[in-house]
Amino acid sequence: MLALAPEAPRILAQSRDVLAVSGTNGKTTTTAYLTAALATLGPVDTNDDGANTAAGITTSLAAGTAPRVVIETDERWLPWLIEATKPSIVTLLNLSRDQLHRHHEVAHLAHAWSDALCSVPHVVASASDPAVVMAALAARKQTWVAVGSRWTQDGHVCPRCGGECVHEGADWGCDVCGLCKPTPDWWLEGDELVSKQFRLPLRLALPGEVNRANAAMAVATAALAGVEPSQALAAVRDIAAVAGRYAIAEHQGRRARVVLAKNPAGWLESLAIVAGTTEPLILAFNSEGVDGRDPSWLYDVPFDHLGGRRVVVTGRRATDMLVRLEMAGLTDIASTTDVLTALEMLPEGDVTVIANYTAFQEARRVLAR
Amino acid sequence: MKESTLSVALVFPEVLSTYGDRGNATALAHRARGRGLDCRVIKVGLHDPVPRTADVYLLGGGEDAAMLLAREHLRGQRSLAEAVAAGAACFAVCAGFQLLGHEFVGPDAITRSGLGILDVRSRRLPGPRAVGEVLAESTGLDVGFLTGFENHQGDALLGPAARPLARLLVGTGNGHDHDEGVVQGTVVGTYMHGPALVRNDRLADHLLATVVGALEPFDDEPVRRLRLERRNAALRPLRRRWPLRRAGLASRERRQP
Repeated sequence: MLALAPEAPRILAQSRDVLAVSGTNGKTTTTAYLTAALATLGPVDTNDDGANTAAGITTSLAAGTAPRVVIETDERWLPWLIEATKPSIVTLLNLSRDQLHRHHEVAHLAHAWSDALCSVPHVVASASDPAVVMAALAARKQTWVAVGSRWTQDGHVCPRCGGECVHEGADWGCDVCGLCKPTPDWWLEGDELVSKQFRLPLRLALPGEVNRANAAMAVATAALAGVEPSQALAAVRDIAAVAGRYAIAEHQGRRARVVLAKNPAGWLESLAIVAGTTEPLILAFNSEGVDGRDPSWLYDVPFDHLGGRRVVVTGRRATDMLVRLEMAGLTDIASTTDVLTALEMLPEGDVTVIANYTAFQEARRVLAR
Repeated sequence: MKESTLSVALVFPEVLSTYGDRGNATALAHRARGRGLDCRVIKVGLHDPVPRTADVYLLGGGEDAAMLLAREHLRGQRSLAEAVAAGAACFAVCAGFQLLGHEFVGPDAITRSGLGILDVRSRRLPGPRAVGEVLAESTGLDVGFLTGFENHQGDALLGPAARPLARLLVGTGNGHDHDEGVVQGTVVGTYMHGPALVRNDRLADHLLATVVGALEPFDDEPVRRLRLERRNAALRPLRRRWPLRRAGLASRERRQP
């Protein structure tokens, strides 16, 4: 459609309120949360099929007529989306290294965002990510959400001036140009989402701090769009799986929860979800194009704390993962050809499967049989 | 053989480890401990003085701004050059490799001075960025075949004091004469991430042996398997092109010999 009618997205978005969600990680979950929250006001369309570049977004816009549309947007396509659909609010989650064989520098993306965001009336942006803050400052108005971030390895160089960006606890700032963490309008305190007016318990069905961050971004955005925050939270709280992420599948007495982790920041957060348990783990790892063909970054993620549990690696780059775990001092790691065999090698009970993109899709497919 | 604990200085990992290059320290420690040697990895922060007394120095790759920041903090510090002159081993990847040379050219086309530890000058590669698997046969050292992943826009022109680390079978490397990397005394530079010392165990052992002398054998089966897998993966595109080449139908070769 886009090739035949390049004006289609602009026409299809006219007279509708478009809200965009973008970032390296958490796009799909935050989009699902935001869509559920806005649905308390009336009909909402969204691209929940995961097609988040120009062609898929155009198809999604054409598929519905709801007055509000929430669009998950690939971070590289955000400038296009802003130009084509003139969103009223853009929600900016995070920017970190991902598929570096194609996208060589996080800083380039941040500057492309910054150029595109000049025309956006309002952004809801993470205050915890220097690259996001630098870009978000270009918009006309900002709502800042302090969601925290375990991953800071892309935040040591100031995205604005190239000076050193110093991190102290949850705060950060550049000594050279003065770019620093803005005062948040919303922030997380343990399992509570807090603003000057509200203090709301999250109690999410989805696990991990990363989903608290996604919920915080979605509720802050929904509040800006006119949803009562407690109602927004009530609408998102019970969502237990998003496009297969965190879904639980049974296989011969094993209850497998499948977690998607696409890049080092994602792996860091996913490993944190299982850190407090001794539950067996399956790590499924590929390097097809969308996974990133270069898994060197495995060494930027600590795996040492996985010791003391059964771990099985699988996937077409399983040997890379095996060597990574060996270098982290883990021994007795098993390696096998596929997720089902891996499950059968583990005792009955709960198992977490952490998989990168194509491995995740494969795991979902075989577990659904 | 050196008696005390082996110390590995990982220089500025917060800005020089874009592609997991901190894994080179992990690999050295793994292979040292595999021989019963004590090994301590010292992470040198941007505000720390680079130590004068480490046994091995590691510098990784970084984005353009990160590289310039690392350069600012390295300039004026003599300890790395002095340690190398006194026989310490040094392994530098990509941006770290360029920083050790006489000069390099940034994305802004400005030529900047490096530390001058290597007799190397780096400019910008013409054409597209060099991204992909690397396979090379070591020539500057006797460490077998080398496997890695490159992602860079720089070349490397070697002066008379430096010799190439390896001859390329697949990849762009230094961008000239099918060479990859450099060896000069106890210093090794390369464009290979991977991290390279994980994938290339004999290269890791060479750096360790520079400091501690001859090493006991240490076979690492998973690494051996990984090396073969990556070698096959690097060769796959060549094999696919082979029938076309025989028929005279191959498209332009990608900087291959």
